[in-house]
Amino acid sequence: MTLRYSHNSDRLTWRGEAKTSPIRSRTKKRMELVSSFIRIRPRMADEVILLDFWPSPFGVRARIALREKGVEFEYREENLRDKSPLLLQMNPVHKKIPVLIHNGKPVCESMNVVQYIDEVWSDKKNPLLPSDPYQRAQARFWVDFIDTKVYEPADKIWSTKGEVQEKAKKEYIEALKILESELGNKPYFGGDNFGFIDIAMTGYYMWFEASEKCGNFSIEPECPTLMASAKRCLQRDSVVNSVPDPEKIVEFAFKIRKIYCV
Amino acid sequence: MAKKEECVKLLGFWISPFSRRVEMALKLKGVPYEYLEEDLPKKTPLLLELNPVHKKVPVLVHNDKILSESHVILEYIDQTWSNNPFLPQDPYEKAMARFWAKFVDEQILAAGFMPLIKPKKGIEVAIEETRELIMFLEKEVTGKDFFGGETIGFLDMVAGTMIPFCLVRAWECMGIDMISEEKFPGLSRWIKKLNEVEIVRECIPPKEKHIERMNKIIEKSKSS
Repeated sequence: MTLRYSHNSDRLTWRGEAKTSPIRSRTKKRMELVSSFIRIRPRMADEVILLDFWPSPFGVRARIALREKGVEFEYREENLRDKSPLLLQMNPVHKKIPVLIHNGKPVCESMNVVQYIDEVWSDKKNPLLPSDPYQRAQARFWVDFIDTKVYEPADKIWSTKGEVQEKAKKEYIEALKILESELGNKPYFGGDNFGFIDIAMTGYYMWFEASEKCGNFSIEPECPTLMASAKRCLQRDSVVNSVPDPEKIVEFAFKIRKIYCV
Repeated sequence: MAKKEECVKLLGFWISPFSRRVEMALKLKGVPYEYLEEDLPKKTPLLLELNPVHKKVPVLVHNDKILSESHVILEYIDQTWSNNPFLPQDPYEKAMARFWAKFVDEQILAAGFMPLIKPKKGIEVAIEETRELIMFLEKEVTGKDFFGGETIGFLDMVAGTMIPFCLVRAWECMGIDMISEEKFPGLSRWIKKLNEVEIVRECIPPKEKHIERMNKIIEKSKSS
């Protein structure tokens, strides 16, 4: 019996004829058990799994970042009403998606995942964050703004009605106008290049139509330049391959709105 | 490395854990700075001019650059002054440090203050829910002197300013022994180790004055 590397299974396996003696058979079984724990992987083959939920504005950020970098990954859809044991094990603190599992190690929180992807696959094309410390700080500042000042009212637009919803719409537009002012005349928040802030906003861009229909209002007249940048982002390959059909998001939004707005 | 002719100013508030951690980071890097105290809740025209979006401290001014949000400022300081790095180099370790820092400032603060002042489900339930969250940090620090390993790092500065030198003092005012040595041996040891670090001692609010102010904040929160 000799130990041979099998290219098919990426494992060390025992090859050869075992002699029939019971002692040799037991030894063979022990050796097989040990070799089943030894995996030899080619150095470049990372195992990348993304636990996600298709309409999530947070999950989509991770998908886009991976595709911007050309990283092969396995997408796993989570049923948020029946979370998988893997999700609960990999994110015991929040039990939320997205979770990026890179060679068995979990990374949680969407923009944390995006930064991790940028740092690990830094040799790949398309840096997602600028290299200058001050510009990086500005990018992080605006993403923090988006995840507080845009997130809170956006959430209320589809889940509430009446005065609460009206107030949320007003706050949402105010926040978008502040962002539009930051965008200025640039094609993207990242300047000429699609980057960190654009990825964060794309989660909301893909929900624009659903928000407008739930709230019965229109974003473009209020924020025309931001809308132009949104359309540009939604046309990028990495985004086209990551965002669901907007009609499906509208359908989903109304379905959950029925649950929240009794 | 930054150039020699630097002008660094920090707008802060003596009781704010967010501005105290920026002071800690600047001292760790040996960066001279001018400290400008904001007398909150009154806000100076300077603060409103430098941080029109949030109107909050801390604000760091580095030559002509203006930065706000404490985590953003800390990462900027670490990247701008390369001595004594306090964020891990490894991307995974860095992601974990960022994750836990956000957890401290969001989940632990949210559970560990208002729900204890106005406990909707009863004080014992509120204490238990806070302890469950703190237990995650206990696991992270067990076996180490600091979250950063042998010396203080990003998470030590965030969690240190928020927990032992802010929330623990609030809990003392409320008569709650949240982080007991018996339940949290790792964190208790970490707090002792933090108290031995000179930079940490220089950057925490003076205890008596802090407790007096904390009592007023708690009273005001109860009646609001």
